[in-house]
Amino acid sequence: MDELSLNLLDIVQNSIHANATLITINVIDHQQMNCIGFEVIDNGCGMTDEQVSKVIDPFYTTRTTRTVGFGIPFLQQLADETDGELKLSSVLNSGTKLSLKLKKDNIDVPVMGNLADTLFTIIQANQTIDFYFKYLDDVHEFIFDSKEIKEILDGVDINSPEIILWIKDYIKEGLKNEIT
Amino acid sequence: MKSLEDLKKLREQAQDRMTMRMDEEQKYRVVVGMATCGIAAGARPVLNALVEEVAKTKAPAVVLQTGCIGMCTLEPIVEVFDKNNEKTTYVLVDALKAKEIVEKHILKDEVIDEYTVGKYKK
Ligand SMILES: Nc1ncnc2c1ncn2[C@@H]1O[C@H](COP(=O)(O)OP(=O)(O)O)[C@@H](O)[C@H]1O
Ligand SMILES: [Mg+2]
Repeated sequence: MDELSLNLLDIVQNSIHANATLITINVIDHQQMNCIGFEVIDNGCGMTDEQVSKVIDPFYTTRTTRTVGFGIPFLQQLADETDGELKLSSVLNSGTKLSLKLKKDNIDVPVMGNLADTLFTIIQANQTIDFYFKYLDDVHEFIFDSKEIKEILDGVDINSPEIILWIKDYIKEGLKNEIT
Repeated sequence: MKSLEDLKKLREQAQDRMTMRMDEEQKYRVVVGMATCGIAAGARPVLNALVEEVAKTKAPAVVLQTGCIGMCTLEPIVEVFDKNNEKTTYVLVDALKAKEIVEKHILKDEVIDEYTVGKYKK
């Protein structure tokens, strides 16, 4: 039931929470390279080195609630247990980069899951933030650049019925994994 | 295969309609909790179902996302605000219930008592 795409959504929410105005998301799901994971780069409030080391500590959070299977410490633990790699680097007042690379053939590594729903969820709500999203698998690449979309829309609300339904299908189609 | 050219045509359609329906579209605000607790409990399919259903039926509502609503064990939570800012809180929502909320509450102004927080707090 676990989906890395849900963890991605959670990590992107951190960037939004950090008041980022530009978020770059790279996702890979590549059989041949035996690699599954994502990278989220933002220009938000950033963290000090001390904060970064606390954040990867499983008992630390600035929130009062802890949800099993989520947050940066969980990803750290997942990477440790599956011979994968989590990198977190941050510069205060400048931005943060989180990169998670896991081995696709490890049985404890979750599947990507519904990445289209994750991207759609992000795009639907945060129209003042620019997203540059790039997906790569064995057979194709899909890029979703919210700046490009906004330019075309020229002030029209992305949540207008026909627009948002089109975006939904566009994302679904773009992320369709063609390996059978 | 969809291309961004299609989007340009749709924009024109949306522009025409926007000037006509601006007022009615704001009749309800539908807010989904999308913090970690919400995401873990299944808020993502709820959000996706709400947005799709509202768009498909052209329901008079905007769908918004928020952080933690403060009742993590009752997530996914959907709050419906009417024009007077009166709030109805739906808890433990799933994609099917989300559709029903649009069909009944948003389109017919009927509150679904069964799914409201009052039912669970008793
Ligand atoms: N992109 C980011 N920019 C700035 N601070 C961040 C970022 N991501 C995480 N943090 C900080 O690290 C903390 C821990 O993050 P996380 O593990 O996701 O738990 P939570 O978001 O529930 O606090 C956050 O509360 C925040 O203070
Ligand atoms: Mg978080």
